[in-house]
Amino acid sequence: MKPLIRFMNKLSILFRRGPFRSELDEEMAFHRAQVEKELLAGGMSAEVARYAAMRQFGNSEKFREQSQEVFAFRAETVAQDVRFALRQWARYPSFACTGILILALGMGVSLAIFGFVDAALLQPLPYASPNQLMSVNESNVESPRWPLSYPDFRDWQRLNKSFLSLDIYSGTGFLLRTPSGAEPVAGERVSGGFFQTLGVRPILGRDFSPDEDRLGGPNVVLLSYGAWLGRFGGRRDLVGQTVELDNQAYTVIGVLPPRFYFARADDAEFWVPINSLSYHEQMRTFYNFWGVGRLRDGVTTQAALSEMITVSKQLQRQYPTADHYEGASVSPLLDVIVGEVRPVLLTLLGGAVLLLLIACVNVASLVLVRSESRRREIAVRGALGASPARLAGQFVAEGLLLALIGSLAAVFAAGGFMKLLARLLPKDMVESMPFWGGVGLNAHTGLFAVLITLLAGLLLAVTPTFQLSFQKVRDGLAEGDRSASARLWRRLGANLVVVELAVAVVLLAGAGLLGQSLYRLLHVPLGFDPDHLATLEVTAPTAIFQNTQRTLELYHEIVRSVSRLPGVESVGFTSTLPVQCDCPVDWITFPGRPFHGEHNTVDERHVSPDYLPTLKATLVRGRLFTGAEDESTPGVVVVNQALARRYFPDENPIGHSIGDYEGGHPSLRRIIGIVDDVREGPLDADVLPAEYFPINQTLDHDFDLVVRTRQDAAALLPTLAGAIHQIDLNLGVSNEETMNERIDDTQAARLHRFSAWLTGGFAAMALILSLTGLYGVVSYSVSRRTREIGVRMALGARRSSVYLLVVGQAGWLTGIGLAIGLLSSVGASLLIRNLLFGVRAWDELTLGGVIAVLGLSSMAASFFPARRAASVNPTDALRAE
Amino acid sequence: MVRGMTKKPELLPGTLDMLILKTLTRAPLHGYGIALSIKRLSEDVLTVEEGSLYPALQRLLLQGWVKAEWKMTETNRRARFYRLTAEGRKQLGVEMSQFEQMIAAIGRVLRAAQEA
Repeated sequence: MKPLIRFMNKLSILFRRGPFRSELDEEMAFHRAQVEKELLAGGMSAEVARYAAMRQFGNSEKFREQSQEVFAFRAETVAQDVRFALRQWARYPSFACTGILILALGMGVSLAIFGFVDAALLQPLPYASPNQLMSVNESNVESPRWPLSYPDFRDWQRLNKSFLSLDIYSGTGFLLRTPSGAEPVAGERVSGGFFQTLGVRPILGRDFSPDEDRLGGPNVVLLSYGAWLGRFGGRRDLVGQTVELDNQAYTVIGVLPPRFYFARADDAEFWVPINSLSYHEQMRTFYNFWGVGRLRDGVTTQAALSEMITVSKQLQRQYPTADHYEGASVSPLLDVIVGEVRPVLLTLLGGAVLLLLIACVNVASLVLVRSESRRREIAVRGALGASPARLAGQFVAEGLLLALIGSLAAVFAAGGFMKLLARLLPKDMVESMPFWGGVGLNAHTGLFAVLITLLAGLLLAVTPTFQLSFQKVRDGLAEGDRSASARLWRRLGANLVVVELAVAVVLLAGAGLLGQSLYRLLHVPLGFDPDHLATLEVTAPTAIFQNTQRTLELYHEIVRSVSRLPGVESVGFTSTLPVQCDCPVDWITFPGRPFHGEHNTVDERHVSPDYLPTLKATLVRGRLFTGAEDESTPGVVVVNQALARRYFPDENPIGHSIGDYEGGHPSLRRIIGIVDDVREGPLDADVLPAEYFPINQTLDHDFDLVVRTRQDAAALLPTLAGAIHQIDLNLGVSNEETMNERIDDTQAARLHRFSAWLTGGFAAMALILSLTGLYGVVSYSVSRRTREIGVRMALGARRSSVYLLVVGQAGWLTGIGLAIGLLSSVGASLLIRNLLFGVRAWDELTLGGVIAVLGLSSMAASFFPARRAASVNPTDALRAE
Repeated sequence: MVRGMTKKPELLPGTLDMLILKTLTRAPLHGYGIALSIKRLSEDVLTVEEGSLYPALQRLLLQGWVKAEWKMTETNRRARFYRLTAEGRKQLGVEMSQFEQMIAAIGRVLRAAQEA
């Protein structure tokens, strides 16, 4: 109540400030006049009475000030402080700009990385009680998490008591019939209770019914919100209608909520119940489904795991099989989704916050340098009666203002950093963690921004005040104190600079090594010429291209019409494009050699006769496919050099046969040719042995077209898609890209680019910070030693020796920092050697370069204060005492 | 600077507000009147640097313990008169009892010191 009254009273004065002053003046004048009158009446002369009255009244100016202060708002002095700070900055813009830039960088990076941490760790599972959700799977020696087979799933579902519900999911794709032709779309097959288990309800229509979950149930589909809006214009009457997927009619029964995503199947647009199984899927040993379950209340992860292991063992006794997948795995869904990135993100956040801290300390040191040159101003203000609180208030205002402007700039910078980081993220990371889409400025990041602004402001405000409190006004006027705090700060600052320089060395060396790795990676021998290659994925519906005849005709038709396009030199197709993945693989055997079930893993590709020539792969021995191969002729295969070297080291493989156990039936193929290694797998992996089957014998319905052109490959892409649809509108066409785009977009390239850029970014920050830190410390020391330098020069020291004095001090710090940094960077590069490609962890050139860059820029940073020191006028410096 | 030998005792810190409130209990007064009244009632012992009345009056105004209004004096000059509010009367009671307690306590200590 009382504060309110006071506030209202102040407010009433605020709006009549002018009258308030004049009334006060009038009142005081009246008072003096009355005293004067009385004294006159007592017999004094007029002049004496006037002076006596004034003496009796006291210093009217002081009392007027005091009276006004009673009614003044705190904000008014703050506004004064802010105005004063801005005037100060305008006089020394380089100080303000550097400070704000450093703060913006430090805060921006912290904020951006916090955005990712927030998205990944604070809000990754948008489901009801996400802690109860478990990833439930089989497990075996090779892999701790292994998918379930359908019969196992049904038994686990029936036998377990730990889970409220247990469901499975498995990715799939469909050909969606659209007016402009068939289009491949991503889908997900899930068991009936999947959405109930997650706690997600359709916003339109209904969930799957038990009837639709049974084998042989009707074709129904739930649409993702995006698909409903994007493909069907958000029509509410779509529910109940049918869409055509893989040439079959599916009834739309509902639409999923807009914010729904499932991290393991994010791009899925069409969700169907698992109510029809392929031949393989009916087998107990065909593992194709991932499990997710919701724990009953009070059941622990551990209890659920031991129960599932028991269930799994019981089933094995019941159905002994050749394949033994004897275990079970139960772990929180959250861990499965973000488990791998959590430590990485937390480390990054830790690093960013550390950088921010260093940034703040550096700016604080700049503020100190400034306050050092303002000691006289402060001393004068103090002598004129400014209270210590008022003087400290000035610094607090400046610190907070600096932090505030810095953080505003940081918010903009963070937006840019986040976009940059998101673009650099490795592909599979983005796909398996769709919550990255939620990265951005929101309430959480806003709160974090406010928090770091306050902390930075506090640090910046307190540092100079701290010094102020040690400093006696008198010393300030004399400009000659050697206070303990100044020494403390110099020592602290110097140590900090050494640490910063060491960190900068480590990060720059890391960035250099990773940058070289990236370069080497992108220039690794491919075994083919990736320029002028256009690629495209084709999906032929099996319902239409049922028999061999029709499929072969399709192959011919594609070659004919694509070859007719202008600029096309040749066209081939393959089941899997090169440089993507060492998959699918085959386990091969050699007739006539002993076989003990070992896995002779090779890449398996099904290719058209013109495919290898189109790539410009080199034939080493034998011949390639002629196009005359088909199901009636004996099986043939072309192998790569790696296969020949590994499995036929001392003989000519041509004419030998290799076999596999596809579907349990051994099949043999005769080797007819050897090609030089084409890099089928990732850029950073060793080339695996590979076998190429003629596609005319395997009759694939999903394959990638590779077209060599004389012109720019990207220009061909649109006409290419059109040409395929002209053959048959039912053909699915997707992923039109040039070969070089695909290589750039591979996991390995992205991972290396990501780490190189990220480290590079941090290294650049570290460089800037260590240089400003060095500058701050050297400048501070120079400003404290002005008198000493003046004395030296008065005694005959040359300017060059003053330069040497200052640069020498910086040189010491730099030398120690670089030495420590060098040692640490050897250790650090051993830590990242898994990310290195084609460079050694100890690379003299990189380290030498880093030392040169840091050494030279350190010298530059200390040059400016040195020049200031050398231009000290000895007379002025001495007279200042 | 040479100071006079007969230095008058300075006002105890913090008592000025109380004295002003007390002088206002009888009738509203202007600043000069308050100073005069304090001087007379204390038989010239308590004098204040008269200007310091005004910041004190602003404090009292801010707290709502006094109200101010412009009136004409007997000599027909405009002056600002201060009037005690109910809140101010209450505050005076509080301050006076605190003050008396303190004086009594100081007195006990001094007497005890004399006897010892």
